[in-house]
Amino acid sequence: MTQSLKHLYFARLREFYRQPARVFWVYGFPIILALVLGLAFKNKPPEKVLVTIADGPGSTALATTLQSEDAQKGRPGRPPVEIETKPLTEALKRLRTGKATLVIEPLTSGGVSYHYDPTRPEAGIARAAADDILQRAAGRTDSLRSTEVEVTEPGSRYIDFLIPGLIGLNIMGGGLWGIGFFLVNMRIGKLLKRFAATPMPRHNYLLALVGSRLTFLVPDVAVLLLLGVLAFKMPISGNPFLIALVVLVGALAFVGIGMLVASRAQSTETVSGLMNLVMMPMWLLSGVFFSTDRYPKEMQPLIQALPLTQLTSALRAVIIEGAGIATVWPSILILAAWALVTFFLALRFFRWT
Amino acid sequence: MNELAIQVRGLVKTFPGREGPVHAVQGLDLDVHRGECFGLLGPNGAGKTTTVEIIEGLSAPTSGDVEVLGRRWNDHPTEIRQRIGVTLQETRFPEKATVNEMVRLFRSFYDQGLEDGEVLKRVALEGKANAFIETLSGGQQRRLAVALALVGDPELLFLDEPTTGLDPQSRLQLQDVIRELQGRGRTTVLTTHYMDEAERLCDRVAVIDQGKVIALGSPSELISRLGGEHIIEFALDRTGERLPASTFQSIDGVLTAHDRQDGYELTVAEPHHALPRLLAQIETMSRQLERLTTRHVSLEDVFVSLTGRHLRDNDEGEAKTPTRGRRKRGRARS
Repeated sequence: MTQSLKHLYFARLREFYRQPARVFWVYGFPIILALVLGLAFKNKPPEKVLVTIADGPGSTALATTLQSEDAQKGRPGRPPVEIETKPLTEALKRLRTGKATLVIEPLTSGGVSYHYDPTRPEAGIARAAADDILQRAAGRTDSLRSTEVEVTEPGSRYIDFLIPGLIGLNIMGGGLWGIGFFLVNMRIGKLLKRFAATPMPRHNYLLALVGSRLTFLVPDVAVLLLLGVLAFKMPISGNPFLIALVVLVGALAFVGIGMLVASRAQSTETVSGLMNLVMMPMWLLSGVFFSTDRYPKEMQPLIQALPLTQLTSALRAVIIEGAGIATVWPSILILAAWALVTFFLALRFFRWT
Repeated sequence: MNELAIQVRGLVKTFPGREGPVHAVQGLDLDVHRGECFGLLGPNGAGKTTTVEIIEGLSAPTSGDVEVLGRRWNDHPTEIRQRIGVTLQETRFPEKATVNEMVRLFRSFYDQGLEDGEVLKRVALEGKANAFIETLSGGQQRRLAVALALVGDPELLFLDEPTTGLDPQSRLQLQDVIRELQGRGRTTVLTTHYMDEAERLCDRVAVIDQGKVIALGSPSELISRLGGEHIIEFALDRTGERLPASTFQSIDGVLTAHDRQDGYELTVAEPHHALPRLLAQIETMSRQLERLTTRHVSLEDVFVSLTGRHLRDNDEGEAKTPTRGRRKRGRARS
């Protein structure tokens, strides 16, 4: 009778990969989501500051100072300066029309005057940057010694927060769509009933379904992890086996929920409604796209009880922070409890006809 | 081995319904012998499918006793399932699976059975072994359903309305396939609401109406119970008064006479004797014949005489007899 398990398992695998549309929703969609969000929240280098120098005596020296000094010191973390030189009237006209940010007019006295609109933030930045360079070049020394610490390390960026969240989301979707929706469709097509009329051991059918789901997990998770590592240089600090364990228990929790949702539903409308009822709160509350800390304290017990919250936070802890089992075991336990309870209920209520 | 393939006693099935309980099956008894093709006939909603699904072990009866191949569902469910083959009224097989994959999958459920190629040959689907199911026609999908019921080489085969909804050509083709399957001691239970199908395929039929067996016997037995094997249908001109059917009852050789929508229906044993007398009587009454046809009695007539209703009255736009009547009338008027 292991024959039937094998056949059922491969039948389910074939059924999946022969449907290009489903393959896209499972693999393509999360990749696109990650890419779009990753680019939108990409950490950009500081923007260039545009400085317009009014033509006149000393303007060439001014330009040289701004550029040479800029290049020399490197000015870590500060905006680089771009320079253009225009006759004064034209420079001021450009300033009025917003094409120039800051106009520096060399004065015959040897000083300079800055023309800018202080209500434009980039103008203030440009003025500060230019003034900083010119004052130092003129011999000012900083009396307070300061060092700069940059926090743009991989691991603390939005994309690093997002990828484990998307993995969790994909695992949830896989369980609910891949098991719940699939089962209801089989029931509507009377295929479940047809199977029930054969001597097929019924647990083999459900085992094959769980087995194929766990198989799909490997590419599901690998695709997003690889995307993070290759495209965004996301670090994977934790133990890969612990990541696998968290993914596995999380997937089983959502397989159980998928089965429970599908255990009696007789129409796609019913099951879609139930699935949205299950998934929507987790999309919003479980900290996939932003931290759960943003929700009020009173909601936290509910939020922390949701399987997706536990899955994403455990994944983040292991992948990004390199946490060990000592840290994430409560999450694993909560997910295992979800899996056990939902499986038990699903098997109790399950209808083949 | 002279035990019955199926024995049903006092079967009752009641569903909870919105307006009170629905009594789908109300005390049904049935004996199906080994090796026969047994037909369950009846209109939609008569309780055929409910009965069959209880016999197939897919639902539990409210009360009553069911034995399949000498076994009870509660005691030997897996053993019975190994020995029966089932087609359901409609099964949507996975579109992206091939015929052969599906056959192999179902074959893996049975301890013993037929080879893939053999099964497909029996239902005339050899050429489609590697085709995706979505590319099969309606008739081919039904034949696949039959193939999947056959893979375990069952002793008892259930076919629940296998040809309903198919075009006439596919129906005939599937009926040929089913007829080929008979023999070698296999028992077949066929539910249908096509009378001609039951007459062609079944050794015995049970007519079911409102959850009960109202007639049982071979098709020819049931037909002969009407007394005659021929029916004369005729209509008179509409200028004269409408005569009651009893007018023609007294004609020598006429067994029964019935009023029909636009004429009369006489059951006769020997049309070559009854017809001249009928014509002579119409002549003496100085009436004109508007139409006259004769045909063999069918199970449809049996059903009508048993229930006063046509079998397929429920089928929208498909009901045979009224359509024929309407067409005839239209022609008469023009």
